[in-house]
Amino acid sequence: MTTASKLNRLTPYMFLAPAVLLLAVALLYPIGYMVYASFLDWRPSQYISEAEFVGFRNYVNLWNDEAFLESFGVTLKFAAVVVTLEMLLGVGLALLLDRNLRGLAALRTIFILPMMIAPIVVGLMWRYMYHPTVGIFNRTLKSWGLEPIPWLSDGTWSFIAVVIADVWQWTPFIFILSLAALQSLPQSALEAAELDGATGWQKIWHIKLPLMMPVLIVALLLRLIDAFKVLEVVLVMTNGGPGLSTEILSLRIFRTAQEFQELGVAAAMSNYLLILLMLLTTIMFVYNKAVENRAARLRAAAEEA
Amino acid sequence: MPTIRFEQVEKSYGAVRVLPPLDLALDDGEFTVLVGPSGCGKSTTLRILAGLEELSGGEIFFDEKPISDLASKERDLAMVFQDYALYPHMNIAKNMSFALRLNKTPKAEIETKVRRVADMLNIGHLLERKPAELSGGQRQRVAMGRALVRDASTFLFDEPLSNLDAKLRGKMRTELAEMRDTLDKNMVYVTHDQIEAMTLGDRIVVMSEGVIQQQGTPEELFKAPANKFVAGFIGSPTMNFLNAELTSKKDVLFAKGDGFELPLPKPLAKSLNGYAEKTVTLGIRPSSFSSDTKIGTPIDLRLVVSEYLGAQSTLVTRCGDAEVLVEHDSSSPVRTGSQLTFGVRTDELMVFDKNTELRL
Repeated sequence: MTTASKLNRLTPYMFLAPAVLLLAVALLYPIGYMVYASFLDWRPSQYISEAEFVGFRNYVNLWNDEAFLESFGVTLKFAAVVVTLEMLLGVGLALLLDRNLRGLAALRTIFILPMMIAPIVVGLMWRYMYHPTVGIFNRTLKSWGLEPIPWLSDGTWSFIAVVIADVWQWTPFIFILSLAALQSLPQSALEAAELDGATGWQKIWHIKLPLMMPVLIVALLLRLIDAFKVLEVVLVMTNGGPGLSTEILSLRIFRTAQEFQELGVAAAMSNYLLILLMLLTTIMFVYNKAVENRAARLRAAAEEA
Repeated sequence: MPTIRFEQVEKSYGAVRVLPPLDLALDDGEFTVLVGPSGCGKSTTLRILAGLEELSGGEIFFDEKPISDLASKERDLAMVFQDYALYPHMNIAKNMSFALRLNKTPKAEIETKVRRVADMLNIGHLLERKPAELSGGQRQRVAMGRALVRDASTFLFDEPLSNLDAKLRGKMRTELAEMRDTLDKNMVYVTHDQIEAMTLGDRIVVMSEGVIQQQGTPEELFKAPANKFVAGFIGSPTMNFLNAELTSKKDVLFAKGDGFELPLPKPLAKSLNGYAEKTVTLGIRPSSFSSDTKIGTPIDLRLVVSEYLGAQSTLVTRCGDAEVLVEHDSSSPVRTGSQLTFGVRTDELMVFDKNTELRL
């Protein structure tokens, strides 16, 4: 190969280099900053250069930090519960509303409204509805002659209250993805199932759900990632309380930095969350890639045949 | 096998009527082909029979029992779809056994049935594969297999061969014809391809714009079409239609037009009472021309194009201003642009009313 043609091959990279570098710096610098901070004992009153380097101490200490472990547990529980409920409700609603009846289009639009509201507003809205005396729930209970529920002042109830708010806001996300998946299913396969004698349930179970699965798995992972990072709704509604009953991880990180002024520890916590989310994202990418590869392989095989 | 009867069955979507009231009777064990150009209502008719579309009026009877209130699965039908409609996530064995698994047929029985049908269709080696791993022809066989495994009393085919290439289509057509002769089932087959209709049907129902134009055996449709539409639709190459005036000369009725004057045979002339001196449409099959001018009545045609098909050629010629197709033995070569004389077998001529287009 001549020098000239070698240069020619390099030309595109040379043009791309500035943009790639800029992007890398913009993306990686904040993350690198956070990773570096997690190795420091750093107070907000100090310059980062004055902070003491403590190696992995922040990380190790967290394993013995009961409040952190508890909040990690709350986060896992929260993510598991809300995502399960949202999947069941979202897919269920989509199956129910996937038909061409008049008025359904408007109904479908209404269903996705909650998703459009800023989480902080959702939090405030629900906080007032959960208000012990003037909130709609307890006033209704009272008018029926029933005991009021300590929505936000009891550990179990406040967890339930936060779950309800999140499910209310994010079920529509699963709903629209499921509906889109349902509407792109091959119609004739469903007709064939009809002739093969499948009942409505059997069609859902044997045809619709398996064919929706690729979309559902991506939706599940996206929601899971989001649920691990939830903050505003909980912050506004319960501020993590009572006790640590709704102290999800983002809130713990926020408070470690803001109230306890331990920036290094907060950074270490963030990195644990980051690692967890990276793991989930990797699973999603690997899965998507596998699906793509399989489809490509099958197409190739079929065309050869 | 039930006899199937449509009585005044109609279908509208809102104000749009796609199928005016239609009567149709399908005999027990018959292979019926619904044929017509796209949009003629043949697929709608089949889908109503399958229970995939609701009828807007009338009733369908199986052995004189009304069935329009029954769901598809209660009608004992199996159907082969145009796009095959295989279940993409199931392998071929699972695709074929879906109906049997739903009605809880014992596992061993399912396996024997699937194996038997798969071997019959030469797809036994594909049972573990997914539909996406098969070629179009193989998928088509699986779709057929899935219907056969069901052992339903009536089989419905919705243009099953239209997605295949020409060679494969011919092959599958032969196999279908074989299946028709070995299986004692009702078969209703929808196609827009008159060759499929002619080669497969015990009975052909020709439809146009939702209306049944004629029904009968392939031979009946070819030899005695009810009207100009059927005459033009059945037969390949298609029938030539020429404007002609009927004139009487010494007891013989002639059809006279631009560039031809052909005597009509006595029986035909008899049925044309009252049409003398009137303009009619004359139908001549491309196969009614003979290069032997001693046969029939001679006619002069100018050759425009010769389409070589092998032993036969289709000659595109002009008779006056009208285009006339002629079936011609390729062994006697012809020159483009030349004037040719053919003999017309006048006993094969047909005459159609200019306005009603009915055959006279």
